Amino acid sequence: MAYSEQVLDHYENPRNVGKMDEADAHVGTGMVGAPACGDVMRLQIKVNNEGVIEDAKFKTYGCGSAIASSSLVTEWMKGMTLDQAGEIRNSNISEELALPPVKIHCSVLAEDAIQAAIHNYKSKQ
Amino acid sequence: MKLPIFLDYSATTPVDPRVAKLMCDCLTQEGNFGNPASRSHVYGWQAEEAVENARRQVADLINADPREIVWTSGATESDNLAIKGVAHFYHKKGKHIITSKIEHKAVLDTCRQLEREGFEVTYLDPTSDGIISADQVAKAIREDTILVSLMHVNNEIGVVTDITAIGEVTRAKKVLFHVDAAQSTGKLAIDLAVSKVDLMSFCAHKTYGPKGIGALYVSRKPRVRLEAQIHGGGHERGMRSGTLATHQIVGMGAAFAIAQEEMDADNARIKHLSQRLWDGVKDMEEVYMNGHPTQRVAGNANISFNYVEGESLLMSLRELAVSSGSACTSASLEPSYVLRALGMNDELAHSSIRFSIGRFTTESDIDQAIELSRNAVIKLRELSPLWDMYKDGVDLDSVQWAAH
Ligand SMILES: Cc1ncc(COP(=O)(O)O)c(C=O)c1O
Ligand code: FES
Repeated sequence: MAYSEQVLDHYENPRNVGKMDEADAHVGTGMVGAPACGDVMRLQIKVNNEGVIEDAKFKTYGCGSAIASSSLVTEWMKGMTLDQAGEIRNSNISEELALPPVKIHCSVLAEDAIQAAIHNYKSKQ
Repeated sequence: MKLPIFLDYSATTPVDPRVAKLMCDCLTQEGNFGNPASRSHVYGWQAEEAVENARRQVADLINADPREIVWTSGATESDNLAIKGVAHFYHKKGKHIITSKIEHKAVLDTCRQLEREGFEVTYLDPTSDGIISADQVAKAIREDTILVSLMHVNNEIGVVTDITAIGEVTRAKKVLFHVDAAQSTGKLAIDLAVSKVDLMSFCAHKTYGPKGIGALYVSRKPRVRLEAQIHGGGHERGMRSGTLATHQIVGMGAAFAIAQEEMDADNARIKHLSQRLWDGVKDMEEVYMNGHPTQRVAGNANISFNYVEGESLLMSLRELAVSSGSACTSASLEPSYVLRALGMNDELAHSSIRFSIGRFTTESDIDQAIELSRNAVIKLRELSPLWDMYKDGVDLDSVQWAAH
């Protein structure tokens, strides 16, 4: 399979790889996927008192497109409000990364991870 | 573009230059281009001689009679001819066939087709290291069993089936035994005067011959009958019609002759190289060689790098031409059914790479493969939440995964 330049860029130099303290009340964690499916994405956001995402981190077990999708959204989310982040759609991701049809679900996974992280953060407040 | 290092010899091999030369001599007007079935002139006679010479070369490698060799287009066709040919000829004796879950699709899909035609198929489970035993076969044979079909060497994990032991069982129970030997020629000694095999499939392109040519061994003593699957001019004693492809056949014969000549030297080199590869990665944590540790061919190293997903690993290994049975279920690629049949857990099945080594592999190829693999695995584990969890002592089986 040929990969787009954007996917290769994020794959070779993934942004914001890491892990935050799940117990921190400012941190929302979203983990989606399953090892059996060949993809697990963990996305974490750190939200300040104004409701703005100060930091985002990810780790992904999955194909290159899944890694690139999660790396990309961590970049996008930083500085966004929770509402803005909640509006990121998989189509924005797949467009930016020029994903082929068989890889669309990798971007869906990233959208699910964003929603899960926001949900987790809100449930802690 | 710099071509990747070819470590996919189980998929196919380049044609040996010595073989290619002989093949080219059978194409043009100056060469041996005749139709081997032409009886009325020297062009035909010469082509026939070349074909019969090749038939002897193939028979010699397996210690059979040249009259037991039927040319086909490859192992897929040989498997089809053997299995459907037996089923359609002997269906009045019984309608039960035995095979295994780790066969090549050429066997599995043929069996599926026969199921649709009313045959019953038993798919044997291998052990966790990929072995199908004679005992298992003996237990599965019934009154109405007509055929057992098992591969000699598994294409994904390189494990060897003890066809001599199984042949004793099938012969004693008067059940026919077909073996797919596509992956074993030139790697294992085959002696059909000793092993009681009734039908054996071959192809040239895994043994440094051309693609698109193969053969089926059909035992004469005891005599095995087949119903033809391709009808026409009655070539190959009616078992497989169609004008014989002299250049392809000459290529297969020459490739098998070289295999016989050089098997021991090739094997020694390849064994050393695959040991070097394994020694180069095995000290990493959570790295496993799949399949039986000793009952295997030298050239196949199917290795799981746990907690790293196979497709992303392949992406990091773009400088290597290797294959992976992985990628997530929802995409076009599927996790390998062979590895799953071994009972391997999903994470591990998703993390496997097949390196296959052959005649033209060098030590420097292997050293580069080691370095690239180590770096890729380290990098991807840095990125892997599963690796984190493993390191934190989380039991992945206890996690409630959000299915999607
Ligand atoms: C075990 C086995 N059987 C059958 C085949 C199919 O052979 P061919 O490509 O000659 O049809 C292969 C290779 O692809 C194989 O590895
Ligand atoms: S996450 Fe399944 S193929 Fe990308």
